[in-house]
Amino acid sequence: MNIWLSYHWHALALAFKRLALIPFSTLLTLGVIGIAFSLPAGIYVFLENVEALSGHFSSGPQLSLFLKLNATESDVGKIESFLKENPHVASFKFIPKASALKQFKESPGLAGVMDGLEGNPLPDAFVITAKDVSTETLETLSRALSELRQVEHVQLDSAWTQRLDALLKLGRLAAWMLSVLLSLLVIAVVFNTIRLQILTMRDEIEVAKLIGATNGFICRPFLYFGTIQGLVGGIVAWLIISLGIHLTDEPVKHLMQLYETDFRLYHLSMGDSLIMFLFSAGLGWLGAWLSVVSHLLKIEPQ
Amino acid sequence: MISFSEVSKRYPNGFEALRNVSFTVETGEMALINGHSGAGKTTLLRLIAAIERSTTGSVIVNGQDVGRLNDAAVPFLRRNFGLVFQDQKLLFDRSVFENVLLPLQISGFESKAAVRRVRAALDKVGLLNKEKARPITLSGGEQQRLCIARAIVSRPSILIADEPTSNLDMEYAKDIMAIFKSFHQVGVTVLISTHDVELLGGTPQRILTLSHGELTG
Repeated sequence: MNIWLSYHWHALALAFKRLALIPFSTLLTLGVIGIAFSLPAGIYVFLENVEALSGHFSSGPQLSLFLKLNATESDVGKIESFLKENPHVASFKFIPKASALKQFKESPGLAGVMDGLEGNPLPDAFVITAKDVSTETLETLSRALSELRQVEHVQLDSAWTQRLDALLKLGRLAAWMLSVLLSLLVIAVVFNTIRLQILTMRDEIEVAKLIGATNGFICRPFLYFGTIQGLVGGIVAWLIISLGIHLTDEPVKHLMQLYETDFRLYHLSMGDSLIMFLFSAGLGWLGAWLSVVSHLLKIEPQ
Repeated sequence: MISFSEVSKRYPNGFEALRNVSFTVETGEMALINGHSGAGKTTLLRLIAAIERSTTGSVIVNGQDVGRLNDAAVPFLRRNFGLVFQDQKLLFDRSVFENVLLPLQISGFESKAAVRRVRAALDKVGLLNKEKARPITLSGGEQQRLCIARAIVSRPSILIADEPTSNLDMEYAKDIMAIFKSFHQVGVTVLISTHDVELLGGTPQRILTLSHGELTG
């Protein structure tokens, strides 16, 4: 156990030493990895924010149901009991035509419009909130409702949120594809830095092999080297995103105040950040491993 | 114990470096391998350390058939040896101390004990006052002694040196040979290739003579 620890400690120390020996190229590599990660992660953060923002504006999974003008109280009662029994309905509110008219008259600008009319042109209505937001549930519910007697029209208020959701889904897919491509880029970058390292250290590797170093002993510092680059690259990406949020936070807040909405930008959550760090470290390790397998193990003492 | 039986080594280009070589060096014995340049001295030593494998015949070191070892076992075989190379193979980006420390790091030595061992090895070859120096600043004889310190620091049971005195003047060369003899006296098996038998200074010693790949005496 102690020997095992000392081997790893030695390898880790050596990896840091080698990174410090080439500060400029280390910084450049970290910058490249950081930028590569900050793109998909930044898009992810952006989408999360748009989604949260749409939650602020949307009324949730709501439907409006308008009855025919000649609907009677018993029709209303039947619809009420249907809504009570339907498993997809979370809650509903009945708006009788009289109160609808009253509300209408109270709203500025529209009051005069109604004065010229005889009687009440407005129908009775229900505002229904569905249990979940899925398109399927809402469609089924709206179809069931429109088949009821004396129902004139069913309107999905949340149609636009669904469109937004679809757009967000598309955006997420794009972010995923970008992550895959940029992950390959990160692997390639680490692969290449390690390859250069191995080439410049050929003598050392040969000598180490001659005096009894196992492949594990020789590989370990390179694997740490790649892992550290990946991890720190991930941290750089996190900092880039933080900077982006810091710079846009004030303008967004100002914009939201104009819409009378209190909205703050989200950062990556602790969990998401940790996943990103682990993932970037893992990619660094993978790039190093590929490089080590394809270059280092081929070096034999001459 | 090192034992060759009917060992031949032929290179892909057809050159036969060793032909039917058989001998045994007992544990604790000191032997010189003598011969003209190109006689196969270096090849013979490389076969022992599994740097190369024989074409036919078997090389046995401490009961292990070197030719049949798998790659993963080779590092552990090499830890039995202290190797002194003709071209020294020092690491010039590390200090004298770090060069000698390397074998101990490789075998996973505890660090405090390792520091003591490195100092002891440097003391033995007379380089203790240069532990912080870079190998490039050392003279040829000092570099050779540094290489010996690195070879002995892990206290190997077998010391193998390939032309350790070839680039040194007489004075230095005698020093180096004296160091090897002192290891022989404490029970280490020593195998040295050299073209200059005079260096032994009259001490009776076993000499294996190679000529064009064949053992002639």
